[in-house]
Amino acid sequence: MTVTESATSPSSSAGDEPFLVVEDLSVRFPTADGLVQAVTDLSYEVELGKTLGIVGESGSGKSVSSMSVMGLHDNKRAQSSGSIRVDGDEIIGISESRMRKIRGNRVAMIFQDPLSALHPFYRVGRQIAEAYLTHHSDATRREARAKAIDMLDRVGIPQPDHRVDDFPHQFSGGMRQRAMIAMALVNDPRLLIADEPTTALDVTVQAQILDLLQDLQRDFGSAIVFITHDLGVIAEVADEILVMYAGRGVERGSCKEILTHPEMPYTWGLMSSIPDVTGDTSARLHPIPGTPPSMLAPPTGCSFHPRCTFTDHVPGDLCVTQIPDLRPGGRGLGHLKRCHIEDVDAVYESEVKSDLAWEES
Amino acid sequence: MIGYILRRIVSAILVLFVTSSLVFALFLFGPSDPSQALCNVNRCTDAKRAQIHQSLGLDQPFLSQYGDWLKGLFVGREISFGPGFHIDCNAPCLGVSYITKEEVTPYLMSRFPATLSIALAGFMYLALGVAIGAFAARRRGTTVDRSLVASTLVLSSIPFYIFALMSYLYIVLKWGILPDTTYVPLTENPLTWAGHMMLPWAVLAAWNCVTYARFGRGSMIDSLGEDYVRTARAKGLGEASIVVKHALRSAIVPVITIFGIDIATLLAGTIFAEKIFNIQGIGLTALAALTTGDLPVISATVIIAAGFIVVANLVVDLLYSVLDPRVRLV
Repeated sequence: MTVTESATSPSSSAGDEPFLVVEDLSVRFPTADGLVQAVTDLSYEVELGKTLGIVGESGSGKSVSSMSVMGLHDNKRAQSSGSIRVDGDEIIGISESRMRKIRGNRVAMIFQDPLSALHPFYRVGRQIAEAYLTHHSDATRREARAKAIDMLDRVGIPQPDHRVDDFPHQFSGGMRQRAMIAMALVNDPRLLIADEPTTALDVTVQAQILDLLQDLQRDFGSAIVFITHDLGVIAEVADEILVMYAGRGVERGSCKEILTHPEMPYTWGLMSSIPDVTGDTSARLHPIPGTPPSMLAPPTGCSFHPRCTFTDHVPGDLCVTQIPDLRPGGRGLGHLKRCHIEDVDAVYESEVKSDLAWEES
Repeated sequence: MIGYILRRIVSAILVLFVTSSLVFALFLFGPSDPSQALCNVNRCTDAKRAQIHQSLGLDQPFLSQYGDWLKGLFVGREISFGPGFHIDCNAPCLGVSYITKEEVTPYLMSRFPATLSIALAGFMYLALGVAIGAFAARRRGTTVDRSLVASTLVLSSIPFYIFALMSYLYIVLKWGILPDTTYVPLTENPLTWAGHMMLPWAVLAAWNCVTYARFGRGSMIDSLGEDYVRTARAKGLGEASIVVKHALRSAIVPVITIFGIDIATLLAGTIFAEKIFNIQGIGLTALAALTTGDLPVISATVIIAAGFIVVANLVVDLLYSVLDPRVRLV
């Protein structure tokens, strides 16, 4: 079952399966205070050439789940179950030495804050060359350096043959993120995980980086998992959207479908929190009341119910007692939602849509 | 960089100048009479004391004496201990010992290699401490880590002189595992030199490394949690490369800084080590001069110690800029 609307996937070596398949992934961290249930029963797929946007508040499990795809959790600290298949290879329970061959090679990651994610003591070029040499053991240092210059040029760093010898602190924020991208793409990964890559950048640079990622995706044909809490960014880059709340996927579907017909009160809340620059300046934003739940003791039933203002649409105390399934909504089109409200689209049309400052024009 | 080094050298000279002036002032205005060491306690008469003062020029005004002293430092001078008893003190003259009537500068210089040999322990405990700290940090929270931290606490709660003395008594005298610890010059026989230094090094390294093990562990835990270490892991690097090239590389910088601040402790440690292991170095000379009130020797050792600390700090600061490219020495 895939939610991609296009039937033709560019290439998939492992039969008909999409390049990345995450099935019923759960990640738990035993701590001194108890078991933290960071991710519960999460499933999604991404095909080559497509971008999946994962949205959610801090602590919703976006980053933890993508770290699982990279196999970056310490097995002594994290308990993972379920299945993650990259190009048909199972990642959960894979040996560290085999994972090391996949990591940075077939699957690469770019991080939120490029200043702290680059090593302050090594030259940018050397850090990119290191990533190349790790997976090309027969390459010489000279070749790796040439490759680094090539990649810096590719991501739009001016005078790459000079800047290759700069230290990260000599780069601007946008250039650092470009360098991070160059480092991630140096081994032609088929899957790129971008963990809030534009959050630490100012808005104009943000747009440049998003454009760059889309250009590179077109050239490299890779699959991208794009993690962010910014729906505006998601609207720009994603083919599909997965909304996460409290470690679970709560809504999933094509980008346009989710943004125009959201069917989960949490997604409505996310949308109402976006200001509209063209609208009435005296209009108030509608933040989601309350705070994300503690993952040590998640709420019973639907984990969003303590903050949900639409529980009166659900008969009885279903919201408090039973976790809704992630099931197709009323509109079909591969749109999945996790909500007890029966006619959720009608509620959206009548009660929510008019309140949205940000709306499809 | 060169401008920075020049400026640091100028400031080092200034520091030494101020230190030597203060030492000189203490010499003259301090609680003990400089002539005390030269005048036999039982038979010291006022006339004799006045005569000593006159021949050493101690009756001259402060600035004139200070001028003489500075002149001695740069061109040498003649020091008189009474009629017909003159000693030529060559530049850089730090005075003549009141007890042995030897020139202080060459005497201390002959003692310096022994002290320097002991001070090599500084590098040993730095390296050992960082290695233990990094080892423990990698195993944070495990039994290995806890027992390492606990044993550093136990070891550092034993006073150094007791630790050193017990080691000497057992390892050299009782069990005879290591040779006795007198100083053999490196130029004479490097193997004997190293063999005889073994115990002082081991004792200093073991006792001091615990501090650096704890600093190193904390620093390493910080750097292992850094985003760039996660990046290194995400590149698919091997564990050894992640730990050494990425985490340890940045973890040592704050430890080196502390080491620079802590150089004086190393010097104090060598004094104890010289005393306990009977190594004729500067520390032992200073201790002996303190008991006999040999003021020229005392003041010279203070100035040499100050010089050692100033140079060591300069080296550490330069090293810091090599280790961390973000540090610009301007």
